[in-house]
Amino acid sequence: MFDFLEGYDLLGAFWVTVQLTVFSGIGALVWGTILAAMRVSPVPLMRGFGAAYVNLVRNTPLTVIIVFTSLGLADIFSVTLGAGGDFETQNFRLAVLGLAAYTAAFVCEAVRSGINTVPVGQAEAARAIGLSFTQVLTNIVLPQAFRSVIGPLANVLIALTKNTTVAAAIGVGEAALLMKEMIETEAQLLLIAVIFALGFMLLTLPTGLVLGWFSKRLAVKR
Amino acid sequence: MNLRKVSAAAATVLALSLTATACGSDDKDSGSGDGDGNGKKITIGIKFDQPGLGLKTPDGYTGFDVDVATYVAKELGYDEKDITWKETPSADREEALKRGDVDLIAATYSITDERKEKVDFAGPYLLAHQDLLIRADDNIAKGADINGKKLCSVAGSTSAQNVKKSIAPDAQLQERSTYSECLDAVANGTFDALTTDDSILAGYAAQKQYEGKFKLAGLNLSNENYGIGVKKGDTEMLDKVNKALEKMVADKAWEKAVTDNFGPANYKNEPAPKIGDIVK
Repeated sequence: MFDFLEGYDLLGAFWVTVQLTVFSGIGALVWGTILAAMRVSPVPLMRGFGAAYVNLVRNTPLTVIIVFTSLGLADIFSVTLGAGGDFETQNFRLAVLGLAAYTAAFVCEAVRSGINTVPVGQAEAARAIGLSFTQVLTNIVLPQAFRSVIGPLANVLIALTKNTTVAAAIGVGEAALLMKEMIETEAQLLLIAVIFALGFMLLTLPTGLVLGWFSKRLAVKR
Repeated sequence: MNLRKVSAAAATVLALSLTATACGSDDKDSGSGDGDGNGKKITIGIKFDQPGLGLKTPDGYTGFDVDVATYVAKELGYDEKDITWKETPSADREEALKRGDVDLIAATYSITDERKEKVDFAGPYLLAHQDLLIRADDNIAKGADINGKKLCSVAGSTSAQNVKKSIAPDAQLQERSTYSECLDAVANGTFDALTTDDSILAGYAAQKQYEGKFKLAGLNLSNENYGIGVKKGDTEMLDKVNKALEKMVADKAWEKAVTDNFGPANYKNEPAPKIGDIVK
């Protein structure tokens, strides 16, 4: 029944999916936190940039962003991200860039909602003892904020895992591209779909469970 | 109180089932006819996005697949106006036939053993080869030269898989979602060639805005036997379609369709294949 799987690198394709998720997840977390800091900063220009970025990127379809990295950045502006003409590396890096830029908008909004859960008195007390904005944010507010948004961030991570399938549009050899190839050549369409659906559940279910457990453990009891 | 809820629910169920039956009978009216026409309709699956083969334009449908399907339908007893064209993307072709959404499929449908498990094929009606589309001033003479070139093709397609597995594993392959996304990049030199079946390539090269910019390299990298997909087990239909295809070749309508659709692109077509004669 499963002999049609022969000759396909199923694990390899899902490994690329995992790599895409991890790299763009890290990128999105860093960039998203910086964006959130901008949106709560006292500088109007930064607040404006943060709001504009989030609203622009969050409301653009991911496919458009990913295809733009390849057709726009690579073809027209010759941005190769140091891949040196190797399409496989170049596409992978472009996809990570696109996914991170897109997901950062959602991370930013999650972190900002976390910042709002920290009572204003905390920040006021920190200001009163002479801490600067950066110190208040990094030492007092963000540590508490992050502990309250692990749940929402887990949602973003799961969405990101599934969003990596869009990278197939620019030819990154991850799970969705392999699925396309198998659908093109094999006859067991339903079985192929089920296998890939299960593969993604194997990735996302544990993510949700583990992070859900952490979010309970680390929640700030108020 | 309770009674009122129950009667409301019952009324809802009744209303729903009424609408459902209404839909059902509607379906039967517009459903595809079988056997000989006389005012009945036939539904044929084609591609909507491949110039030269099956293309939806504001004025109707054009392409080689469309011409062949129209001819076959006429032989089956359907006028051109009785044909309902339906888009069948590659991944959906087998299921569309199985469900009965379409009666025939002529959509660059290569005959393969895997697909024959699911559907029956009439034909083949065209023998195509995987080839390269290159800039008019460029040259790629033999298959071995492809290694080290930058190719572009559609993600997951048979042609892309052939390149990766057998034709040129060392070549740089960029996969995109459509052929159109490759074309301009080949024209401006980002890529060296676009690769897929020569019939599809000829269709793109023959488009007005690209005339004179591209040519086919003329390498026969694989054999693709295009057939007309028929529901599995419908031998009556299969025979009729095969007869129609034979007649089309015999009265030169086939040759005219080839020159009309693929003409301007240095495309040397293979002679019309014999029915049932599949080139591996």
